[in-house]
Amino acid sequence: MPGARFGLVRRLIVIWTVAVIAFLYIPMVSVVLASFAKKRYFSFPVKAWDTRWYEKVFNSLSVRELVVTSLDVAVLVTVFSVILAFLGALAFARYDWKGRKLYQKIVLLPIFFPQAVLGLALLLWFSALGITTSWQTAVFAHMVWIVPIVTLIISIQVYGFDPALEEAARDLGASRWQVLREITLPILSPGLISGSVFAFLLSWGNFPLSLFSTGADQTVPEWLYAKMVMGYTPMVPTLGSLTMGGAVIVVLAVYVAFLLRRWRHNRAMAGVAFDD
Amino acid sequence: MKAWREPGFLVAAPVMLFLLIGFAGPLLMVFGYSFMPPRTFSLAQVPTLANFVSVITDSFYISFLWSVGLASVTVALLLLICYPIAYGMAKLFGKWANLVTVLIAIPLLVSENIRLFGWVLVLLKGGILDGTVKMLFGTGLPSLLYTVPSIVFGLVYVYLPFMLFPLVIGLSLVPDSLKEAAYDLGASRLEVFREVELPLAMPGILIGCMLTFILALGSLAESKILGGQVIIMIADDIESAFTYAQDWPKGSVLSVMLILFSGGLVYYLFRRVDLDRLIRRG
Repeated sequence: MPGARFGLVRRLIVIWTVAVIAFLYIPMVSVVLASFAKKRYFSFPVKAWDTRWYEKVFNSLSVRELVVTSLDVAVLVTVFSVILAFLGALAFARYDWKGRKLYQKIVLLPIFFPQAVLGLALLLWFSALGITTSWQTAVFAHMVWIVPIVTLIISIQVYGFDPALEEAARDLGASRWQVLREITLPILSPGLISGSVFAFLLSWGNFPLSLFSTGADQTVPEWLYAKMVMGYTPMVPTLGSLTMGGAVIVVLAVYVAFLLRRWRHNRAMAGVAFDD
Repeated sequence: MKAWREPGFLVAAPVMLFLLIGFAGPLLMVFGYSFMPPRTFSLAQVPTLANFVSVITDSFYISFLWSVGLASVTVALLLLICYPIAYGMAKLFGKWANLVTVLIAIPLLVSENIRLFGWVLVLLKGGILDGTVKMLFGTGLPSLLYTVPSIVFGLVYVYLPFMLFPLVIGLSLVPDSLKEAAYDLGASRLEVFREVELPLAMPGILIGCMLTFILALGSLAESKILGGQVIIMIADDIESAFTYAQDWPKGSVLSVMLILFSGGLVYYLFRRVDLDRLIRRG
């Protein structure tokens, strides 16, 4: 029996997985640790704790400006990417059409592409077109990488979508717009929401594309990098910790929203069953 | 029905148009510049192969070879690290697999810079690792930062999910019944692994290896933040050609090398893999 011999292997795999997950979180924990250290230059073990770097970050006008720029970029990237990717995902997974196989490969190409090179290529492109780079061009640059990723995420949802539902609604006299609003969008909404979260946070954290496409404007990751390389300040781990905190809040909020949705859905279903 | 009136084509059009402007355009630009004379800033020059020659004569291929080498080591390490986890997620963990997926995906949503900076704090002289060892054993460690292994370490850390998730998809394509049948017919575990599991999981393994190889090949932040310029990787060279050196044609020619090399691999990959089948499972 092979089953009996797998007991030990199984235990080892579990231990290994837990260890690797812990390993993934080590740097984030150390950044948070450093953000509360009193000394200007980090050393371990930390002897004195302090929150003055947080005060500095909150009071700094330049940090505020960075955060606003990053937020502007991330919000616009999210909105445009999700709209484009929604259509793109229907073409990817919903409809059977002639060029689909080729289309699937083309759409995924930018994900397989080194971002730094993509950023530089876009810089050349903007300058050839006579466009001055700023945070608006960064929105475009981020989208080249993020639209394909969001398309992929929404496609996974679309594969599980039964086209017969749309046809049934059409047969019952719904207009195309009604079908989209009442059937397609609600069913695909988990994919659209996770796509939005990914678009927002990937744009918010992106460095290589921003580096070459923001021009005189600066995003948070660019500033962090510049300060790491030259002119270190303990505001680096502090702002880093705050960004991570923000990401955690976004993920948790979406998770709670999902739970609420499922709960309401279940209650509605129970109601229907009761009425019957 | 005419091809352009199919609904699939219509919904694909916006994305295709966007990628034409945002992806194909810039790439053609880079190809164009790679044939321009060194240190020129427009495409209206007589094409030349001077840049391609200078890659050899000015030894720019060295940074390319470093990148290929480090990327290969990274892929090999990731395969060893991720395979058992992927196996667990596909076959053993059951409902826990979702939690593991989320826990591994969350760090992806934190900027790569911040995470690499966290490792700087760990590996730094007087940092977390050094400080801990000193507390336990009395003597500290030599500086671990700014070495070639620290770059590989950073690459393995950053690209781990990009190996793991494709492997999970690949391994979940292997039906348990087939493995059981092989055992019943008297195959050893090694034989089952080699003859059943590996070939069936191959699309996922290929995607994971290619994806991490290409991402590592074009990486910039790891060698800058953890490697501190101990060696120059190809993306570094490309960046400095465009910025400090102000030599766009040179930067372009190095980019073209990287693009063609990665492009060849992706072409090979896409020929061997059915995307529909993989993603639907995922």
